[in-house]
Amino acid sequence: MRLWCAAIFLAVCSIGAADRSDAPSVVTPIVCAPVAQSATGMGSTENVNGGDLNIFHPVSPPAYEIRELAWLVFGISAVIFVVVEGVLVWSIIRFRSRDEEAGTPAGEPVQVFGSNPVELAWTIIPCIIVFVLSLATVRTIREVELEAPPAGALEVDVIGHQWWWEFQLAGAESDTRVVTANELVVPVGRPIWLTLRSADVIHSWWVPRLAGKTDVIPNHVNHTWFQAESIGTYLGQCAEYCGTQHANMLLRVRVVTGDEFIAWQVAQSRPPVDSASGVAGKALFLQLACMNCHAIDGVSTGSFGPNLTHLMSRETIGAGVAPLNPKTLRMWVDDPQNLKEGCNMPSLKLDSAQLDAVVAYLLTLK
Amino acid sequence: MTLSHSHPTTPAEGTQTLGARLHGWAVTVDHKRLGILYVCFGLFFFVVAGIEAAIMRAQLAQAAGKVVDPATFNQLFTMHGTTMVFLVGMPILLGMGNYLIPLMVGARDMAFPRLNAFGLWLFVFGAGLLYYSYVGAQGLYGDSAAPDVGWFAYAPLTNKTFSRGNSTDYWILGIMVSGFGSITTAINLLTTILAMRCPGMTLMRMPLMGWMMLVVSVLVIIAIPVLTGAQIMLLLDRSLGMHFFDTQNGGSSILWQHLFWFFGHPEVYILILPAFGFISEVIPVFSRKVIFGYPLMVAATVSIGFISLGVWAHHMFAIGMPPALNAFFAASTFLIAVPTGIKIFNWIGTMVGGRIIFATPMLFATAFVAMFIFGGLTGVMLAVVPFTWQLSDSYFVVGHFHYVLFGGTVFGIFSGFFYWFPKATGRMLSERLGKWFFWLLFAGFNLTFFPMHISGILGMPRRIYMYQPDRGLELWNMLSSIGVIIQAIAIVIFIWNVVVSLRKGRAAGDDPWNAWTLEWSTKSPPPEWNFDQVPTVGSARPLWDAKNPSDPDSHHERTA
Repeated sequence: MRLWCAAIFLAVCSIGAADRSDAPSVVTPIVCAPVAQSATGMGSTENVNGGDLNIFHPVSPPAYEIRELAWLVFGISAVIFVVVEGVLVWSIIRFRSRDEEAGTPAGEPVQVFGSNPVELAWTIIPCIIVFVLSLATVRTIREVELEAPPAGALEVDVIGHQWWWEFQLAGAESDTRVVTANELVVPVGRPIWLTLRSADVIHSWWVPRLAGKTDVIPNHVNHTWFQAESIGTYLGQCAEYCGTQHANMLLRVRVVTGDEFIAWQVAQSRPPVDSASGVAGKALFLQLACMNCHAIDGVSTGSFGPNLTHLMSRETIGAGVAPLNPKTLRMWVDDPQNLKEGCNMPSLKLDSAQLDAVVAYLLTLK
Repeated sequence: MTLSHSHPTTPAEGTQTLGARLHGWAVTVDHKRLGILYVCFGLFFFVVAGIEAAIMRAQLAQAAGKVVDPATFNQLFTMHGTTMVFLVGMPILLGMGNYLIPLMVGARDMAFPRLNAFGLWLFVFGAGLLYYSYVGAQGLYGDSAAPDVGWFAYAPLTNKTFSRGNSTDYWILGIMVSGFGSITTAINLLTTILAMRCPGMTLMRMPLMGWMMLVVSVLVIIAIPVLTGAQIMLLLDRSLGMHFFDTQNGGSSILWQHLFWFFGHPEVYILILPAFGFISEVIPVFSRKVIFGYPLMVAATVSIGFISLGVWAHHMFAIGMPPALNAFFAASTFLIAVPTGIKIFNWIGTMVGGRIIFATPMLFATAFVAMFIFGGLTGVMLAVVPFTWQLSDSYFVVGHFHYVLFGGTVFGIFSGFFYWFPKATGRMLSERLGKWFFWLLFAGFNLTFFPMHISGILGMPRRIYMYQPDRGLELWNMLSSIGVIIQAIAIVIFIWNVVVSLRKGRAAGDDPWNAWTLEWSTKSPPPEWNFDQVPTVGSARPLWDAKNPSDPDSHHERTA
């Protein structure tokens, strides 16, 4: 019991300490690991999925509001916990039978059948506590759950697929549209209004440092929002079980400056540029089944898999299953099942030359 | 009332052939034998589900673990959850109620003995159907064998489009059939409690366990048919091309969630109330004090039953409900903390001023209270809607409900098991092994499930077959996995204890704990007819009255 209490105490302290220091935490490297650069099983590649997803490290108003409420709730619960467990432990120690030590068993203790004032007290006090909690809850619900986009918000359509994310947002000019996957790029300081839809089963949008989760439900439109206060990459992942590769439906939100965002928007709005190295691969892309599922502006219109128009601008492949580089790209095209077992893209059984050509073409999609 | 100990001799089982004995168990309609069968099947599936959990923890001991493939892992958590809820919790709790209620209310058997046997064998058949999926559900497309849609089987993942083959059909049919069994048992318990109490036993003189099982029976009768109905709709979707939950054709996936959780949340109370009942019997006996505030305990139990029917959507805070609905379900969920708190305070109030004897049943009962306080408080946190927006479907939730359903229900079951084992078998379980079992399970349990709260806060969703390295999750998951090893050792000691004590345990006598309720007035094990003479009672503690004739409880009965 004592060990257990100590463990709780330490854990709460460690999360608390990490939370209260605004600087990158050195107090508790385990609770709040910095973005690590260690190599993983992908050969020479770095781990692009390490980082801080602690709900107590918000960088956006909804997550910030929730943290404040969470501290209130933790505080009240901790007091109740200490008091009630304290009384329990005290009664265990104080009223433990000591007959064996005394040698003579005493008679039965005084039988107390109850006490109306005492029972009334422990009915009414919890009522008051939960009333306070209800008020705090309703207040935060109203602050976080918006009915309409905040003023000046950037609107993004999010579509959940088994097992990747599609993002659609306005392009550089009014009639263009940027379609990308798994990695959302947004400007810092501007509210982002997300419209959530699903192409197949239920998924859930969860980037803990930006906002709480909102389910992504087929045949039902949901909204959520965030407003990142500092530049950086914020990680998350699908939080509703959605089938075989639920674990590898990862999310990245790259928060950049306003200027960088506009530059990104312009680059993403451009059609792909043909280059000599991609000619053979492009022909294969159109001959084989690739084009049925993948869209490339001006080339194909498939919509079952991610849009590849600017594939190489992304940091990862397979919804975060590996960092994106020529080596992992080749592994993926060769047989996606090696990297992401059970995903919906089959191996097309390309020979080595075909593989080289297709990869060379994809590498031109910057 | 009579405390007669002279029973006519029954034909000794030992003189029968093995075949005759097995036949006797197969065709029995005796509530005690059926109860024992329920508990045995339940404990068997407890071990099965534990092995499934252990494989998952082996996979998750390290980041990006490779012990099993993703499809297998998804089957494991689906089967673990389904098994623990439907094939462990329900049969053991209803089975112990089945064994104990007639004895506690002074009846000779349940109201409908044949229906009782029918219910047991339906449960066994349903369980067999579910597990047969591992070999039989390969299906036309060679898809997954066992069900892999999660224990709450959210639509449209269960749709034919996303769940090919027929593993999901086995999930539907197995649970549906065992659900029919639960409904028959609930009807039986309800009738027995309402109509077959012995002379003198008014409802307010019933052991608290009787009240708990009364409320549980009502909840089963209300909740399970909703699940069955939803499952039939799903079956029609899958096999006859209907579109209730088929979102590709205008169906609603949220409808499934409402129907499932309208069953699912009362189900949580179906799983915890009987355990409340067990420890409401154990704590007074081992504190040597009458239960504190009996009438308020009854009121709290009944109000938990009512409120539990109005909280289901707190499982759905992330689906984007309007603020008013979110606030309503938060408030109703907070409200249920009040009667639950009353129970905890009354148990502690019973212990205060007592002379507490820490035999194994009491160790488990005390740990139950301690763990349930923790699980209850994280439950209150999860009623705070915005907090749940962060932590629903994370490991924080996994930690929370294991504190309630393992620290609560399973500890309660073991408390009751050690308490009533002498009654059912005539032999005591070893106290020495019992204490080893308790302390190892207690330590292992906390080591496994406490770190899960931290994993959740660090952003780990549940139901993932692997987690990413360098997110601070490695240590906490390793601790959780080490805890499983300790729990496994504890369970081995428990099984050893049962096996050895059945053969060589100390003879229990009729009333080894010096207890106060009617089941201790008859022989251990009780004869087929339970009581030679139907007893007559004058209070909620008839044996206290008999043992302390100068100060019977009837002098103190409160009419509050």
